[in-house]
Amino acid sequence: MDKAALARALGSPATFGQSQFAFVRGHAFEARVKADGGTELVRLLHARLAGAAAAAPPPGPDDVRIPDLTAAGPEGRTARTALALREATAAGRWTLLDHPLLAMDVAGTPAYLEPDAVVVHPDGSWTVVEIKSFAMVDGSADAAKVGAAARQAAVYALALEPLAGRVASGATVRHEVLLVCPKDFSNVPDAALVDIRKQLATTRRQLGRLTGVADIAAALPEGTSFDLCLADDGRTPRRPSGELAEALDAVAPAYAPECLAACELAFHCRARARAEGSVQTLGRGARAELGGLTTIESVLAAAAGEAGDPDDPAVAALRRAAALRAEALAPCGAEPVPAARKELPCH
Amino acid sequence: MTVRMAPGRAFDPAGAAAAATDAILRDTLHSPHRGVVVDSPPGAGKSTLVVRAARELAAAGRPLMIVAQTNAQVDDLVLRLAEQDPGLPVGRLHSSDRHPYDPALDAFDHVVPSARVAELAGLDVVVSTAAKWAHTKVAEPWGHAIVDEAYQMRSDALLAVAGLFERALFVGDPGQLDPFSVVGAEQWAGLSYDPSASAVSTLLAHNPDLPQHRLPVSWRLPASAAPLVSDAFYPYTPFRSGTGHGERRMAFAVASDGSGPDRVLDEAAGTGWGLLELPARHTPRTDPEAVGAVALVVRRLLDRGGAVTSERSPDPVPLTADRVAVGTAHRDQAAAVRAALAGLGVDPGPGGVTVDTANRLQGREFDVTVVLHPLSGRPDATAFHLETGRLCVLASRHRHACIVVCRAGVDRLLDEHPSTDPVQLGVTVKFPDGWEANHAVLAHLAEHRVAWRP
Amino acid sequence: MSLIGTLARMEAVREGRARPLATVRHRHLAARPLVFVPLTTAGEAGAPLGALVGTERDAPRLLVVAQPRDRDMRFAFLAELADAMLPYVEAYGDAVEHEERKETDPETGRKVPVEVELCADAPQLLVPSAAGVEYVRLLGRSMRFRRTAEQDPDAPHPAPPRVPLLGRWLTHFGERAHVPGSSLLLAMTQLLGRHWATGQSALEDQHLGALLAWIDPPDGMPGGQAALRAELERDADGLLIHPPAGPATDPVFDNKRLAPAVTRYDRARTEALEAAPHRFAAAQEALADADRALRELLASQLRPTWDAVWHGVDLLRALPEGAHVAERWKRDRWSYTGHRDRVRAGEPPQPRRDDAVTAARKLAARETAQARLDAQEALDDPLVMAARRLAGEAFAGEVTEVVMEYTQAKVARPRPLVTLRTADGPHVADGATLHRALPDGRTQSAEFVAYGPGGTLTVRLTGGMGRGKVPDTGSVPEPGHHVCWTLFDHAPRGGPDLPDPEQTPWTHGGPPAAVAEAPDPVTAEDRL
Repeated sequence: MDKAALARALGSPATFGQSQFAFVRGHAFEARVKADGGTELVRLLHARLAGAAAAAPPPGPDDVRIPDLTAAGPEGRTARTALALREATAAGRWTLLDHPLLAMDVAGTPAYLEPDAVVVHPDGSWTVVEIKSFAMVDGSADAAKVGAAARQAAVYALALEPLAGRVASGATVRHEVLLVCPKDFSNVPDAALVDIRKQLATTRRQLGRLTGVADIAAALPEGTSFDLCLADDGRTPRRPSGELAEALDAVAPAYAPECLAACELAFHCRARARAEGSVQTLGRGARAELGGLTTIESVLAAAAGEAGDPDDPAVAALRRAAALRAEALAPCGAEPVPAARKELPCH
Repeated sequence: MTVRMAPGRAFDPAGAAAAATDAILRDTLHSPHRGVVVDSPPGAGKSTLVVRAARELAAAGRPLMIVAQTNAQVDDLVLRLAEQDPGLPVGRLHSSDRHPYDPALDAFDHVVPSARVAELAGLDVVVSTAAKWAHTKVAEPWGHAIVDEAYQMRSDALLAVAGLFERALFVGDPGQLDPFSVVGAEQWAGLSYDPSASAVSTLLAHNPDLPQHRLPVSWRLPASAAPLVSDAFYPYTPFRSGTGHGERRMAFAVASDGSGPDRVLDEAAGTGWGLLELPARHTPRTDPEAVGAVALVVRRLLDRGGAVTSERSPDPVPLTADRVAVGTAHRDQAAAVRAALAGLGVDPGPGGVTVDTANRLQGREFDVTVVLHPLSGRPDATAFHLETGRLCVLASRHRHACIVVCRAGVDRLLDEHPSTDPVQLGVTVKFPDGWEANHAVLAHLAEHRVAWRP
Repeated sequence: MSLIGTLARMEAVREGRARPLATVRHRHLAARPLVFVPLTTAGEAGAPLGALVGTERDAPRLLVVAQPRDRDMRFAFLAELADAMLPYVEAYGDAVEHEERKETDPETGRKVPVEVELCADAPQLLVPSAAGVEYVRLLGRSMRFRRTAEQDPDAPHPAPPRVPLLGRWLTHFGERAHVPGSSLLLAMTQLLGRHWATGQSALEDQHLGALLAWIDPPDGMPGGQAALRAELERDADGLLIHPPAGPATDPVFDNKRLAPAVTRYDRARTEALEAAPHRFAAAQEALADADRALRELLASQLRPTWDAVWHGVDLLRALPEGAHVAERWKRDRWSYTGHRDRVRAGEPPQPRRDDAVTAARKLAARETAQARLDAQEALDDPLVMAARRLAGEAFAGEVTEVVMEYTQAKVARPRPLVTLRTADGPHVADGATLHRALPDGRTQSAEFVAYGPGGTLTVRLTGGMGRGKVPDTGSVPEPGHHVCWTLFDHAPRGGPDLPDPEQTPWTHGGPPAAVAEAPDPVTAEDRL
């Protein structure tokens, strides 16, 4: 779902976008990782395996197969991917599927997913590979970004599971995905296995409850196409954006400031939430102690003793907080800003 | 693993537990390894094991030190040791604060309390908190130690005391609340010795070959509760109930008056679980209606002349106030429940109904618990409220029944707050996920729902 | 966020400007801080793009990497950065005071007093945002293992001489920034956010421009509107009017301005290298032009943030300093002095990852610092104490009655019962220990006795009254006095006694291997 385009259409353009420096670097890195016929990538994976999975020998040069996955249209590409997975599993050889296309049913709607890579092991198990351009410095990486990558990989693994059941006996989707990132300050790849069992369980339950689909969508990279709103090219909306805006408003998104970092539509949602005076615009935690009070106006009125039931603990706590705050501020007089302001030039 | 199940035969809980205990004691006394780790799910006899291991070590002429995490745990252990073995000299190493230990210990001649370890030299067993041990210096390390509640101990606390002993038995419940730090410790995440991680995770990262055991049977949780708690909180290390269905019964002398609290009590008496669901509403933490409902359930529970039958006694035993607990997530909620109980003429406090937070109920056991659901009425679900250990503690304190009081709509709240936890590379994933476990418990409770409008 | 803080944010929404969250300044602000505003290259870790640095608000020094992927240019930048920063950082190393400290005598094992040096003052680094603090850490990590030609004559691509040293200092500053209440390295957004509540969320407060717009909005404009403009306003080309405070740049800037300028520079450089003699002067001039254009471009992105940081400094200076701030700054001076000593002693750079004992020590130190900071801020500032009172962690009120009682001991000691009336609801149980700050700065202990009728509460004083049977003058409050008791300790104790790293026990992998950290390998991949 191209949320940036939607955001533009809604008149709340986001600050999102990608720097061409990051873009070029990201692509160069992915290309480097997959260069030499995938041997380096599979070696990285093999070196991090433990137990029986590590017993298979690491691939030598030209040992890794990279099947051609090109086909016409998403249906054709998913069929080609399924075939390649079946053949690779049966062959019992290291195989790298470069940008396979997977289909998944999300709330009754087919969604097409394109992982960076899937590796088929000689033992018939499959590993989802995520190639990211954030760095692993001394073996650790930005936890928020790793978390997002793990959630994304979990969706891919879930999309692979029915395929594993269907295409080949003995095929299994490994619950550890390979995260590949630049090492330290270089462009050399480093990798880590990430256990995604938690993310799998969460995503499975979300899909089962047919909710949180938007969150799943948010976890997916740009270019993932939802048939719901986009044509085959992944860019052209089939539905007028006004209709989409209505649809968006209809699901009453629970805006919280965290959305700003994750969703192109957040500025639209924020403007609406601010216009409504929603307390949540001040932070997700702001609501925690306010009970049924949801607007800033109602909270201030309750705190000032102008409204609200004094027996409601939230109202009582607010009044106590307001009284304590007033008491603490009383001796020091007015707020200290103006003194400093006088010395400053006007904007 | 130490669970023994003969094929085709019924599970023999006593046999399985005894086999596990034997193997643990064998390793503790004779293993060439420097450590033994024992996972103990709720009510699996952890304290019994600690006391037995201490006595056997002492009997074998091997003096030992015991490390527990809180003063209450230390006092409890010393009391058990003193009561069970009048011939065993036990030292209680304590702080120099005022009221440093339970005065009940003074009743035993063979218990020696002191703030100085030198005064306890030569005693078979010396017990103290990790914090006190961390400031203790000894010339010669002890040959043996038992570290209790090792999963609630932080890695840095173990670092401070590990020099005091040669080898140790580590016992704890991996499903309860994790240790934490009030300041960020992310920069050490993924290190085997991350100081904010649990002592056991560091120990096993550096000593992966240590023998690991699991107590396979919960003697506390009834057959109605063990499968749920095991599945939801111990998905990869299951355990069983020591009693079968029907072995534990709860009944009331006074018939139901048809009210919500009475109906949920009957549901819980019949099935072991009850969910008293109040209408959906966003509330402050001390939601007066929910707090009132909790208090009323307790009041009716005591008024209706409850009696419990269990393997402990063939005859019904009256359900008294001291066998009932109320669990909450926050201290102010506990305070509000205490006030509400007092308002209904129920005396919360020593000898009466216990009302406390999950943190402080860890390790305790009751016949019936009434739980104010951590997410009840909340507009948001924070990591604190989703923490697996918190719900696990609250859902696993009872021998007969657990009644949860909650606002409707928690399932939707969970859906709105999917887990988007950050992931640190190299950190072993801990199961289950709080979000997932909350959903699992909620789905189970939904089958025991009594809707009520106060 | 406490309810009082939430309320302050809502007041800010209503008033259209930020509201105070503190009545005093809770962090040390140096008379002459070093402001550092860095920009980084998108998509790459620790690849600087440019920076403004300096101690004079009117004369920042502009450093630029014309081609961010060129290792030599990056090194030149870092050398210049070392040249700009190290004289400032090192300048505080020589003026010292002498302090007495207890140290363990290696022979007797006893604690003996020794006289040690303590630097009289310490440097202070200010960066725009929390991301800037992280960037300082990252720069420190990228530099400290570099080898200079002097250290290793065979090192490929040797680093300029002072670069590894700057890396060690920046690493120290970055580590120190993790200690709660420390002030060696501070982010302006965090400083301002500590002292003012805006009408937006803490997340949005990370935008320095928006934060300042709320605290000091331009005349006549509501803070919310000014903040929105600071955040989102763009010119006809789609460029942000108020560039982000970095170190990340605006992608639109990267694509529309920076990329063409870098391309132009690259081309000019190639032409200058290949120019025929008669074209040489022209090519050099074209290169100089391209370089100048890039510098101007980056200055245009950096200067607004530079000015904003100094604007923040002015706002903070107007606040009176909290009573315990100097005490905490002294700990920063100890930290600075300690690192100075390690550098002077020729110790190797900080390792990539802490060993078990060091990690545990740091965590314990930070936890103690957090507890100390929480206590000191509350004692220094009634607004902070108000939040603790609301949370049931302290209570204040007027003394209504004092009853003298004494201990049963041979020499009876005073144990007076003090009753006060309070509207606070502390979470205390019988016998709970309480603390009160006495006017002379000492702390008096007491224990909770009971709640009384009509919102009264009785405590028993247990200390701080002197040695005699008669309490020292002023040590027992009198009816009518306003007193405040806390449930938290005013001078929290430190963490556990930890072994020396060489004594690391078997549970934690035993003593760490004493291997010197190798430099980061230099690969062809450093330059794309």
